[in-house]
Amino acid sequence: MLVATVVIIVKLDRLMTAVMMMGFFSLLSSCIFMILDAVDVAFTEAAVGAGASTIFFLAALAIVGHTSKKRTRQRTILPLAMVTCIGIVLIYATFDMPRFGTADAPIQQHVTPRYINDSADEVGPPNIVTSVLASYRGYDTFGEAGVVFTAFIGVLLLLGAGTRQSGLERPAPPNTQVESMRQKIILREVADLLIAPVLVFALYVQWHGDFGPGGGFQAGVIFASVIVLYALIYGIVPAQQLFPPRKLAYFPALGWLLYGGVGIVSMIKGGNFLDYGALMTDPHDGQHYGILIIELGIGITVAAVMINIFFSLSERSL
Amino acid sequence: MISGLFNYWIVVILMMAGLYIVMSSGHLVKKIIGLNIFQTSVFIFFISMGKVSGGTAPILKDGFTLYSNPLTHVLILTAIVVGVATTALGLAISVRIYEAYGTVEEDEIAELDADNRQNETSVTTVAYNKK
Repeated sequence: MLVATVVIIVKLDRLMTAVMMMGFFSLLSSCIFMILDAVDVAFTEAAVGAGASTIFFLAALAIVGHTSKKRTRQRTILPLAMVTCIGIVLIYATFDMPRFGTADAPIQQHVTPRYINDSADEVGPPNIVTSVLASYRGYDTFGEAGVVFTAFIGVLLLLGAGTRQSGLERPAPPNTQVESMRQKIILREVADLLIAPVLVFALYVQWHGDFGPGGGFQAGVIFASVIVLYALIYGIVPAQQLFPPRKLAYFPALGWLLYGGVGIVSMIKGGNFLDYGALMTDPHDGQHYGILIIELGIGITVAAVMINIFFSLSERSL
Repeated sequence: MISGLFNYWIVVILMMAGLYIVMSSGHLVKKIIGLNIFQTSVFIFFISMGKVSGGTAPILKDGFTLYSNPLTHVLILTAIVVGVATTALGLAISVRIYEAYGTVEEDEIAELDADNRQNETSVTTVAYNKK
């Protein structure tokens, strides 16, 4: 099924359809992650792949046009030959891989037993993924949040902060498509029904990340997708009045600083950078609060980055 | 034997399909779609490696002892979000290229570039001849 979808994407010259198939592909792969026990990953892929990135692609396509040129024969044969060769080599290499699902494969040895056996005592939350993400590998996650932040700065430099023609200073554009979206009663009613529960759900995912699947990354994307939905139905101007891009641009930095600030505070309290155990007298409480705060930081950064990127891209297409 | 490697083969096929799109398509946005497929195949690869048969999702609960590898989940979870941020960056670059060139087809951009360079050299030769 996954392969069939990809083959269709390869064949398509109409990019609009290709992007839609891409969203479907993401949803399928998130089902696969679910089957393979990776609930947190499935969650993220469903929110990001089927939601945010599809919207970004569509916004970009609205600017650059919907069809790609037919490929010439010469352009397809050489890549096809190369890809086949590399594929054969890689499949040959898989014969040395440990078989799927074996419990004593090298990947299950090294640090994994410690995460599984000791994380409840050392960190606390029942969701091991959250413990590893926020505590054991806190530096990594700090870096990842930094990458998201840097990509945001890149988009900001390339496209502007969505303030080129700020919604506040400009009357609503005579954009027929936006108007017609608002007039479609089914879309509007469904959106009205969905927006509030999904916002609540985003907050639930944010604060419940230690116990069930979820956390700052997922919550941020879900939160952003609600705002994107609102902007799609009611037009970008009301959405920008709700979240003025100029102010929103500070939030990614704020989230990242919040994360770093927890690290600094734990250093002042006598621990190492991002050693939450030092935050409180009881290391368990310290870990708990530390993880909550840095997840909040991640959530703010991711949500603000996604909303900002959407505004920047869609401002260009108006 | 074969069922033990099936996931990895699917991953290889997806990965090659992504690579093929990147190489064969001239449209920059389609190239980014190809990169996304490549990326997703790597995600599936990692998650497949972390799976333990008979294991369950890595959320501690009484009554379960066997969990799949949480480390790969953490790596991929953050990689997905970073991936969408970098995708947005790539799209932003192609939007700017479109604004500068009026096209996002690779060969047309190369032609325009070649034309520009010729114009520049002809301008400089004219200036040189005037001297």
